[in-house]
Amino acid sequence: MSAHPASNTTRERGKDHPAVIIDSVAKHFGEVHALRGFSAEIHYGRLTGLVGPDGAGKTTLMRIMTGLLVPNGGSVTLAGLDVVKDNDAIHVVSGYMPQRFGLYEDLSVLENMRLYAQLRGMNTDQHADIFESLLEFTRLGPFTQRLAGKLSGGMKQKLGLACALMAKPEVLLLDEPSVGVDPVSRQDLWRMVQELTDDGMAVVWSTAYLDEAERCESVLLLNEGKLEFDGPPQQLTDRLKQRSFRLTGVSGERRTVLARALDLGSVGDGVIQGDAVRVVLRADAGREEINALANQVGAQLESVQARFEDAFIDLLGGGPGGTSALADRMDPVKLDSDIAVSCTDLTKRFGDFTATDSVSFEVRRGEIFGLLGPNGAGKSTTFKMLCGLLKPTAGEAHVVGLDLRRATGAAKSQLGYMAQKFSLYGLLSVRQNLEFSAGVYGLEGASKRERIDEMIETFDLTPYLGTSPDALPLGYKQRLALACSLMHRPPVLFLDEPTSGVDPITRREFWTHINGLARKGVTVMVTTHFMDEAEYCDRVAMMYRARLIALDTPDALKRDSRSDQHPDPTMEDAFIHLVESADLEDEARTDAKAAA
Amino acid sequence: MNRETTAIRPDETPPERASRKFDWRRLLALVRKESLQAMRDPSTILIAFVLPVVLLFLFAYAVSLDVREVRIGVVLESDAASAQSLAAAFAGTRYLKVTPARDRREVAEQLVSGKLRGFVVIPQDFERRLASPVAQPLVQVITDGSQPNTANFVANYAQGVVQTWAAGRRTSAPPAAIKLEPRYWFNAELESRRALVPGAIAIVMTIIGTMLTALVVAREWERGTMEAILSTPASVAEILIGKLLPYFILGMLATLASAALAIFVFDVPLRGSLLALLTLSAVFLIPALGQGLLISAVTKNQFLASQIALFSGFLPSFLLSGFLFEIDAMPAPIQAITYLIPARYFVSSLQTVFLAGDVWAVFLPNLAAMAAIGVFFFAIAKYKTRKNLEA
Repeated sequence: MSAHPASNTTRERGKDHPAVIIDSVAKHFGEVHALRGFSAEIHYGRLTGLVGPDGAGKTTLMRIMTGLLVPNGGSVTLAGLDVVKDNDAIHVVSGYMPQRFGLYEDLSVLENMRLYAQLRGMNTDQHADIFESLLEFTRLGPFTQRLAGKLSGGMKQKLGLACALMAKPEVLLLDEPSVGVDPVSRQDLWRMVQELTDDGMAVVWSTAYLDEAERCESVLLLNEGKLEFDGPPQQLTDRLKQRSFRLTGVSGERRTVLARALDLGSVGDGVIQGDAVRVVLRADAGREEINALANQVGAQLESVQARFEDAFIDLLGGGPGGTSALADRMDPVKLDSDIAVSCTDLTKRFGDFTATDSVSFEVRRGEIFGLLGPNGAGKSTTFKMLCGLLKPTAGEAHVVGLDLRRATGAAKSQLGYMAQKFSLYGLLSVRQNLEFSAGVYGLEGASKRERIDEMIETFDLTPYLGTSPDALPLGYKQRLALACSLMHRPPVLFLDEPTSGVDPITRREFWTHINGLARKGVTVMVTTHFMDEAEYCDRVAMMYRARLIALDTPDALKRDSRSDQHPDPTMEDAFIHLVESADLEDEARTDAKAAA
Repeated sequence: MNRETTAIRPDETPPERASRKFDWRRLLALVRKESLQAMRDPSTILIAFVLPVVLLFLFAYAVSLDVREVRIGVVLESDAASAQSLAAAFAGTRYLKVTPARDRREVAEQLVSGKLRGFVVIPQDFERRLASPVAQPLVQVITDGSQPNTANFVANYAQGVVQTWAAGRRTSAPPAAIKLEPRYWFNAELESRRALVPGAIAIVMTIIGTMLTALVVAREWERGTMEAILSTPASVAEILIGKLLPYFILGMLATLASAALAIFVFDVPLRGSLLALLTLSAVFLIPALGQGLLISAVTKNQFLASQIALFSGFLPSFLLSGFLFEIDAMPAPIQAITYLIPARYFVSSLQTVFLAGDVWAVFLPNLAAMAAIGVFFFAIAKYKTRKNLEA
């Protein structure tokens, strides 16, 4: 064990000294200020969450801590070493796992581990025991010969962790380790990190998922390069005591109730949670208004525990209002059929690989329908077949009664599509983007001008008309993308991961529009990897290994997964439960086959 | 060695960190990793072994700088016996393929449509001109100036044919006392293949050295693996050498394979020694790899790297190295630029080692020039590659 850099003596001393001292650190890239000068400390034996929305400065701070970026101002000391002056030594005492999978996809699991062991000065022959324990720790033992590129997202992250843990670092820096990892593997990662901190290591876990913050012992909350909060997450949520409520018994009306609640002056934030509406009152606001609303709509009001996300939104001054200017202008959608989208035995094969395996469901008019599943489960393939971007191998798909195989063009004109990352044209101005999408959908002359002006007005785009979408603030970018996909007033809207990489406030604004559209009868199909966003959906289809494993309302899915361990399961718990039972079923089937 | 660095006491000044100095085990680990990757990537094998073979075959068989059977027209406007005999002289040469005509309009059309490269007019008054004591042009030669090299050839060769024919007529008796017999050294048959194939090896080495290297280093940046490697104790020198060594060996193997192909398949003699050939190739790889490294360090993007490698590495070594186009025939400013192209020194050395032999008087200055350019590239590449992600 002598090759382990972190001897026990260091750790024990570490308990008195902070693992990382951040002293008014600042970093800018040209005009963009990534970090605006703040100080904080990170301690040994603790899991510290570096939490904040995308673009908050998390990765920049991580890279400064691991000596890959040089701060413009201030200093950072890691394990007693200055990250700039003692740059070489930093790499010896720290383990770092970059946000993107940083290992070699064309090398096997074992070859990657060997490489990192040798780079960290370990003799691989002498440390067979360390390999053994790391493989056991990460449960990668059966896959040592597999190429890293062939691993699932979760296994890749575990391998990355194993390599970062080589020659036990004193400080472990994990940059968004849970992105692209299914909830089951995420549980695994949490377990591993827990064990490491119990051993005395300092672990920094950066994340954009605010619900992950609650699992950390200490949190650094970043927003736009500023440190908004430093301390145990509980301390932040405690500020919201008696300010979080749930309105139940409003299932049919929940979108209207949410919109009305958000328009109340005393309500700072609100989201839909299955059949219920969850609201957070502003600081020092009374309960009168929300009580009155509950009485009016016949809902029960109950106090609930505050979540970290509530606290974050509160810290930033609350979310947007509940009225969507966009939806207000829309005429209610009239459709002949009650079924907006349907598919029967939809199947897509790429060679031997089945991406979607006879999936069938129906989506009612005005419904918000969510498609959930881990990466590679077949969500995107199914989605693309439903909007006519991919031809199914077998089965049928209909949009507003039109067969996507025969009437692809007609069906496409009935749907709006907003792709991941917005897919706007960076070389065109905002106005040109709007004009382009209007033109693509066949709008001409006066009606085109009218529609474009309407979109500009509704979304407050006037100040940005001449600029490139790339230069827009994220929220406006999203508005523009939504405006472009709604230009032709489609009765059905497809949203592919619409809120990935978007901060919570912008996400709320987005859902305000979506809720408004649904109330006007627009059917919304959405894929998302934010489990709590599934709560906005009327019904959720869970996909796993190309198959549809569950289809129900969020509340029903949660109810089904209730157990002694999870008396009040979240959407994520429900997902884990479903995936695990699907795996068990698979095993049972293989066993039965083997027995026969 | 590592242990000293590991027991870092916050209350002490950090000890001298030996771990950062060059470490052979780390280098070996990186070389091993790179070799595994190279072997598993089918495109590496394609670029290192299949492409050279294709290129060599192309230069050996498809590209020929020799002029043979150029199609020209001969317009016979005179019926005189002497005119007939000159026309026959044209038809009898090995380098021209003659289309006979009576009217220049017939062949003029074919020249315009590109079927002929030129035509010779034997005029009506040919007999009179021939007899005239005042020297005057006997025939008119019209060529296709859109292909200057061939046009030159046609004009000169036509003049030659006429002179030879005229000389033959005048001295139908004994031949001249002195006969000029040209003799070409090093490539007696003046076969362009013999000069092209050694030059093609330089192109192959540029592709492997510059393009492949630029791609594989840029790929590390693009895929994010560089970030992970930079966060380990490995030093910049170890990372770069670990990256280059396998491609150096690959380049040498490709050279050997190309040389074997040249000697045994294309019949190009190797008059110099194998040692000289290998020394030259090894030294040429310094600027080639250095350039590739520099490109990838600056672009960090595979697409850009391949484009820049194409324009700054492949094309100059193709056009400005003297491989296809003689440097002496280039205008002075372009000639000056060729001195900056490492392939220039390599091509001339390769042609010498294959066709002439071990002429160290040629090799030594070339080796020095290649090494100097290489060191220059490496110095900038090292300066541009830092052990962090700062742009």
